[in-house]
Amino acid sequence: MASPKWFYEFSGKCLPWVGGLALIGVLTGIIWGLLFTPPDYLQGNSYRIIFLHVPSASLALTVYVSLAISAGIGFIWKIKLADLAAKCLAPIGASFCALALVTGAIWGKPTWGTWWVWDARLTSMLILLFLYLGLIALREAITSQDTAARACAVLSMVGLVNIPIIKFSVDWWNTLHQGATIKVTKGASMAPEMLIPLLISIFAFYLFCLFVFLIRLRTEIVSREQRTSWVRGMLGVRS
Amino acid sequence: MSQSVSLLQGAKTIFTRDIRLAVRNRGDMVNPLIFFVLVASLFPLGVGPDPKLLTIMGGGVIWVSALLANLLAMDSLFRSDYEDGSLELLLLSPQPLWVMVMAKVVVHWLITGLPLTLLSPVLAVMFDVPGEAIPAVFLTLLMGTPLLSLIGAIGAGLTVGLRKGGILLSLLILPLYIPVLILGTGCIGAAISELPWVPFLMWQGALLMLGITFAPLAIAASLRVSISG
Repeated sequence: MASPKWFYEFSGKCLPWVGGLALIGVLTGIIWGLLFTPPDYLQGNSYRIIFLHVPSASLALTVYVSLAISAGIGFIWKIKLADLAAKCLAPIGASFCALALVTGAIWGKPTWGTWWVWDARLTSMLILLFLYLGLIALREAITSQDTAARACAVLSMVGLVNIPIIKFSVDWWNTLHQGATIKVTKGASMAPEMLIPLLISIFAFYLFCLFVFLIRLRTEIVSREQRTSWVRGMLGVRS
Repeated sequence: MSQSVSLLQGAKTIFTRDIRLAVRNRGDMVNPLIFFVLVASLFPLGVGPDPKLLTIMGGGVIWVSALLANLLAMDSLFRSDYEDGSLELLLLSPQPLWVMVMAKVVVHWLITGLPLTLLSPVLAVMFDVPGEAIPAVFLTLLMGTPLLSLIGAIGAGLTVGLRKGGILLSLLILPLYIPVLILGTGCIGAAISELPWVPFLMWQGALLMLGITFAPLAIAASLRVSISG
């Protein structure tokens, strides 16, 4: 099942669906959020960036965990596809992390009166970005693809153990940031007319992330398997 | 070979060999220490000599300098062994790699982390840290620097085969050092404001236990990746 060829064909079939759904979802979530939700009684219209900020921040974390898990699978069972997946996830995660930081800063200016505060969440997000950049840099630095994959796997697993510790230690600073609004256990302390577009937007961003990931992974597969007969056949290269 | 070397003998051999190497190359041992003092003394020059300000900053400055000095020394942990091939022999030896690596990390701490810790009260005095807080400075470094060596060794193992490993190493490792830094400066800060500071030490101790348990395995894995890949 994990053969690159099978995956390439299968993901080719899924791609338009994932992309289409992501597009519809992002459009729905963002348009609904930006135009049709009521303004916040405290923050006015500036809170609307939440429809970008929260999905990116959530993805930045999810992508790291998926990256570390697939890198671990690739490291332990030597599954090539998992290594490739980890490689493709790093830049995506770094981008979402950067997006979360930038949208957070833009949101912070009208709300807190400053672009940046050394608050616990901002700081741990920044550290997460550094972890991503470290992973990308390590992969760039090692020429052998195989060694690079295994080195990054070790680093990302160490990072995975460290993230809760970093999060916890950074939380010790007193924080300006509001507590988590959406809690799975307690229900949300947010008006439903804001919550529904937010949830749509989060879901759509996940689909979008999956879409980008699949495109990157497919490119990576073709580039890695360029000497195999199925890729040559597909590209019409005569050997 | 009919004669086999036991686990402890192997670790002891590595330990004495590395100690001997360190004693004979005194520069490797002294340079990070000079660096530590130098970086710390840049801060008063940068922000001004106001004693009140220095007292507040002191703990943080000492910790950041210790972190950087440790990082500077980290690059050489496996480098020379890698270059002369003895690291490969270590990997091929029948003893479990993590034990051998642990011996190397212990020596590394003894020649960088420990001197740095011993020197820290002097710096604390220079930064006008109150006398009651100086034990906190000393103990928190004593507890924290081994952890820095353990985490740093993972990065050193990953970058040992690379020519430009040094700068990459700092990029990989510094984010992972952050919890140690926060707990260390938190401890000193609490001691300066006469709050209970022992809990911070306990947390550091807990992290150190976690590090001792898992880091050697990660270091061994990272070395295997770098060498056999």
